[in-house]
Amino acid sequence: MSDLVCKDLSMTFTAPGSGAMVEALKNINFTLKQGELLSVLGPSGCGKTTLLNMVAGFLNPTSGQLALGGKNIDGPGVERGMVFQQGALFEWLTVSKNVDFGLRMKNMPAAERKELVNKWLDIVGLAGFGDTPTYQLSGGMQQRVALARCLVNDPDLILMDEPLGALDALTREKMQSLILELWKETGKTIIIITHSVEEALLLGQRLFVMAPRPGRIHKEYQLDFAEEGLTRSLRDIKQKTDFAKVREEILTMIWNMEEEIMGGV
Amino acid sequence: MFDWMSYHRADIAAVLIFVFVVTLLWSIYHGVKVSRLRDKEQVFGDPERTSGGWYWAVCGIATIMLLWFYYSWGMARAYFPRAANELCQVAKVNEALSPIVAQLPIGSRYFKSTDLVVRNMEQLDEVEASFPNGAFTAAEEKQIYAIIAQTRALIGVYSNPSSIDAATRSNLQIVVGDIQQLTSRIQAGPEGLQPTAEALAQAPWGVGNEEIPMLPMTPRGVMFDGISQDVVGISKTFLTLRNMPAEASRLIDLTRADIANVKENINNNVTSEDIAETRNSYLKSVERIFKRLDDGMIFPANTLDEVNDAVAVMIEEMDDAKGSLGIIDAIFMPGQGVLKTRTICIEQGSSRWLPKPTDVVAKLSVLANPNLEEGGGFKGTRLLWFKWLPVADVVGFFVPDGMVDILPGSYGKHDDAGRFVPTYKDRLLAFAKGEVYLGSIPMLDGHIWDSLFRVLVAMFFGILLGVPLGIYMGVSRFFKSFFDPMIELYRPVPPLAWAPLILTIFGIQDDGKIFLLFMVAFAIMVISARTGASGTQLSKIRASHSLGASNRQILRHVILPNALPEILTGVRIAIGVCWGTLVAAEMLAGTTGVGFIENVARTVSDYELIWVTILIMGLLGLLFDIIMRKLISILIPWRGKG
Repeated sequence: MSDLVCKDLSMTFTAPGSGAMVEALKNINFTLKQGELLSVLGPSGCGKTTLLNMVAGFLNPTSGQLALGGKNIDGPGVERGMVFQQGALFEWLTVSKNVDFGLRMKNMPAAERKELVNKWLDIVGLAGFGDTPTYQLSGGMQQRVALARCLVNDPDLILMDEPLGALDALTREKMQSLILELWKETGKTIIIITHSVEEALLLGQRLFVMAPRPGRIHKEYQLDFAEEGLTRSLRDIKQKTDFAKVREEILTMIWNMEEEIMGGV
Repeated sequence: MFDWMSYHRADIAAVLIFVFVVTLLWSIYHGVKVSRLRDKEQVFGDPERTSGGWYWAVCGIATIMLLWFYYSWGMARAYFPRAANELCQVAKVNEALSPIVAQLPIGSRYFKSTDLVVRNMEQLDEVEASFPNGAFTAAEEKQIYAIIAQTRALIGVYSNPSSIDAATRSNLQIVVGDIQQLTSRIQAGPEGLQPTAEALAQAPWGVGNEEIPMLPMTPRGVMFDGISQDVVGISKTFLTLRNMPAEASRLIDLTRADIANVKENINNNVTSEDIAETRNSYLKSVERIFKRLDDGMIFPANTLDEVNDAVAVMIEEMDDAKGSLGIIDAIFMPGQGVLKTRTICIEQGSSRWLPKPTDVVAKLSVLANPNLEEGGGFKGTRLLWFKWLPVADVVGFFVPDGMVDILPGSYGKHDDAGRFVPTYKDRLLAFAKGEVYLGSIPMLDGHIWDSLFRVLVAMFFGILLGVPLGIYMGVSRFFKSFFDPMIELYRPVPPLAWAPLILTIFGIQDDGKIFLLFMVAFAIMVISARTGASGTQLSKIRASHSLGASNRQILRHVILPNALPEILTGVRIAIGVCWGTLVAAEMLAGTTGVGFIENVARTVSDYELIWVTILIMGLLGLLFDIIMRKLISILIPWRGKG
């Protein structure tokens, strides 16, 4: 089983300029089982992105342990796929060239590559767009390419850093359904970082609400909206009273944190 | 065909000017009409207002062409092709008259006699005032004052009209009479005069070896030409006239004797060397003024008045006789008009340095003619053509002979019978030396190609070495910090400041210039590639790491394409700067290239050639830029859309 284990994870930065030490994360402990869907929420500066970058291997923790499937994380790797807010697509390549980038780097034969790419483009709903330059795509379609590019590599863990942050409301809802579908079909472990409370509730089997100074997990929720979302319309779920109740609770929580930060300055 | 066009260049210009005037008027009319319509649709400051407007471009081109035709006297030549020839005849008269005019108020404000009187009187006063007291004895002092007084009196005698002798007076009358006779000839006009066949056979203005044909080609010209010949004689007579009345001769003899007398005794009673020096120099300054006055060059003012009046009348009559020619001169020939120097007539004005458009085209056609025997090309090299380059030369240049040496076996030796049987190594050596005929390939040739070749080779190496270094500098702390100081030390130096040094080290042939241009291109390519590489978005790099790309793969597949827009912009800039530097480098040294042509043209003041080279360089620079812009839009369609 490739579970993600995070033990006593801490990260300390030296603030540029003043030289003061900033505790971005302090004593983070959690275990994410394979196939779990985790969403992470919190006010700005609570260390969400730092946590994700450490899991991805872009940053090394100051102390503590981080392991995937019993293997310590040491630098970026193909078993942990990454989806960025702006897609981070290679604009000089076509859609299919973007999607098979990882496969080409592995020197996979062209025929196999083509098959895989077509399969994944079909899944994310971009069949027939293979030869389109990415700069001609809309924001939502670009995120679909980014998802396909990540999934075609068959990672164990998918990390999403505010993947839908730049999309309009309607596209966003469609993409949320797509992510849920992909989660169900592939059974991958997924961590999603988001600013939107609704999104965190919809896309989180588990939900961490993080707090700043020092960055820590403030509260954890176990939710079943994600499971429900696989069969019901997301809009219906949002209408439910228990959904609204949790949403208000978390909003108040984050509101208070923000107040505290502003007051503390 | 070409000869015909060259001969009739004035007529071609006439048609062109007409077309440009019509175009100018039409484009203004059209532009104003369109602007009236648009003004209602768009507010001031809306950038859309600047879009379109090709008719104003046409208007601008027509304006600049018409200005060029005007200031180069192209309009004058197109519509008044004989004007320069006629004005040349007038210039001949003016040149012949100039010795007389220079002595009269009509040319110099004062009579030359007046100038002489004023200057010498002033100097006499000064000398008298600065008499060295005590240096001379009382008797000598008296003698010297007498000499000064006599010299003054001499000026008075010259200036007195009643003392002038009869011969001089009649000679002056003859000069006046001659001038008046010429004046009446001018008044009579050119009727009955005909240009000679030889004159009519001359090449038109600007076509032949002479800039302006010298022999008169019109009746009016024949008249002025004839008058100029007579004026030459009158001028000669006038210059030999002297005013020497008997009283003046007496005073001159007397003064001369007095000076000799003082001189003789100057060394008596000398007490010191200082006094001897003072005496000598003072006497010399007195004598100098006297000697300037003993040649009878001063005439009474009223006798010269007659000459002045006669010349003034003649010049007035000449202006009348010029008629329309004067208007053409004033309007269509900006500058001083046509002047005659000792042997030729020249255009004196803006057209001296601004050749006529048709002449520039004619010059370019001569240069562009690939047939060197017919006088094409420049200094034994064509402008731009092709030549057959033996492949063997290329092989000989690129394959080092030493490569054959390291092969097994040995070179052949002559055998006992004195024969030489070559081994395979001998044959290979001949191949490596370029002695084996391998056919020929067409290769560009000529001044333009030489310039292009230098830029292209330098750009090739600049890109080949500069881009990888720049990319590495964009991603590696070592490369950035190690190479940055070196590049930043040489790059800010203007390329031409390196030129003397580089040309000394590498020689004035291609290699020196190519190295100089390479330095220019290299720095620009390094900096642009580095900017492009270091500008790669972090998320793209991280994404490719997560996708399993190695460092080398990221460099090749992510950072390089990401830097491509910057690199191509760098190429575009580098070509422009190289082109500018090259021309200047070719001016410093070398025997081929566009800059070389311009440098030679400069030394011989061949303005047509200078303009032709400017035109060539401008067009080629424009061509480079257009090609680069096209390349950029083809190669990086994603630019600015990432």
